[in-house]
Amino acid sequence: MFDKFMNYLSYPLVRYAIIVGVLIALCSSLLGVTLVLKRYSFIGDGLSHVAFGAMAIATVVKLTDKMILILPITIISAVLLLRTGQNAKIKGDAAVAMISVGALAFGYLIMNIFPTSSNLTGDVCSTLFGSMSILTLTKGEVTLCAILSVVVVIIFVVLYNKIFAVTFDENFSKATGVKADAYNLLLAVIIAVIIVLAMNLVGSLLISALVIFPALSAMRIYKSFKAVTVCSVVLSVICALAGLVVSILAGTPVGSTIVAADVLVFVICSFIGAMVG
Amino acid sequence: MSLLTVSGLTIGYESSVLVQDLNFSVNKGDYLCIVGENGAGKSTLMKTLLGLLKPISGTIKPGDGLKRNEIGYLPQQTEVQRDFPASVTEVVMSGFAGAMGLRPFYTRAEKETALKNMMRMGIEDLKHSCYRELSGGQQQRVLLARALCATSRLLLLDEPVSGLDPKVTEDMYRLIASINRSGTAIIMISHDIHAAVSYATHVLHIGDKVFFGTKEEYLKEENGFMKGGHVSV
Repeated sequence: MFDKFMNYLSYPLVRYAIIVGVLIALCSSLLGVTLVLKRYSFIGDGLSHVAFGAMAIATVVKLTDKMILILPITIISAVLLLRTGQNAKIKGDAAVAMISVGALAFGYLIMNIFPTSSNLTGDVCSTLFGSMSILTLTKGEVTLCAILSVVVVIIFVVLYNKIFAVTFDENFSKATGVKADAYNLLLAVIIAVIIVLAMNLVGSLLISALVIFPALSAMRIYKSFKAVTVCSVVLSVICALAGLVVSILAGTPVGSTIVAADVLVFVICSFIGAMVG
Repeated sequence: MSLLTVSGLTIGYESSVLVQDLNFSVNKGDYLCIVGENGAGKSTLMKTLLGLLKPISGTIKPGDGLKRNEIGYLPQQTEVQRDFPASVTEVVMSGFAGAMGLRPFYTRAEKETALKNMMRMGIEDLKHSCYRELSGGQQQRVLLARALCATSRLLLLDEPVSGLDPKVTEDMYRLIASINRSGTAIIMISHDIHAAVSYATHVLHIGDKVFFGTKEEYLKEENGFMKGGHVSV
């Protein structure tokens, strides 16, 4: 078993997949704590469906670099969604649900009307649930992912205290001079970037799991913001690693295996939380 | 010179005006209590003073070197905070976030000030406790310590005793009075007119009839108010 795994590790593609998987798990769980606490758990879901729709358009118009289209569309949607939270005729959760299913339906529709390959169902399925595409990453994609992850981590660490202040009490922060709106905007952009990155890993239907499960698990056990953040990052990375290893060895789908590991950890953490507290 | 001068202030949301043409000022060491019926616009006034809402017309001028963001604030508890994992220290320290600018971390001096403020509020033993597990009165003390980290010159308190039992309420009022005695001006929104007149130096009454003046003037006028049935006690 171990030999088999080491054998797989000698392939650069497998190594790339593990690097990217761990980085994405790290970034998504960092922001997950804030998103869950701000009651934006579902924004990941909504944005990933938008990204799916954008990807459908990019596929149909045969863009070679689909990121050029997907990233800006997702970022704009993130900004719009976080805006609606403040003053809108359609409330936050309804707006997310609307954009989410709308983009999903629209994406599938245009992929059907303008089919680009013979295996449409397979394409759609792999975009929704993640595919082995994580095993077909190019070196360029790995580098891009690594750079963006480092940027996300640095931004998070530098702004950590303000992110806490804004998340805990937005009005107080605004009143005492924190530019809360700017931080919300920045968060929206970062979330959008992470979602687009994570689409390769777990597919657009399962991204929310990567964002919310580690945060919720950590919140069962720890009681300070710092401890919850650190714990959720650790749990997320462990789950991603475990999921990747299992999926490589057992040939299960990467995305769902990682999410299954996250769910398992959540159940365990809930037990521990109930026993201790 | 006044810390805050409000002139010709009209507040409300878009088309609905709540209060028109307010004029009052807050000086160093003042304890201003804002009273009025539910829906009279007390919370709206507070949000406008804090700069969270734009006034429909009129001005709010900070004075005596007070910066616009040097106003400490004790908000009513929000939904989010009820299950928020945060230690008392983390909450208190976040009072400095506004003054940090782009500096990423807290300084040693800020940490010491935070500890001092926790001691003043009598919560230094709780500094590692989880905020959401504290009692209502303890949570208010934590938020007061945070507000004192943001400023020691002017505090705005939004219904600081709502939901507290009578004994804790009394303790809270005493604590606020002691903060006031040490030189911090207080603006407090309250339902409780009795407390307002026993602790405040000035009263602003908003509603059908607007009144601003010292507590003594207010007490003299109050009989008149009562006859008109404007004051709910």
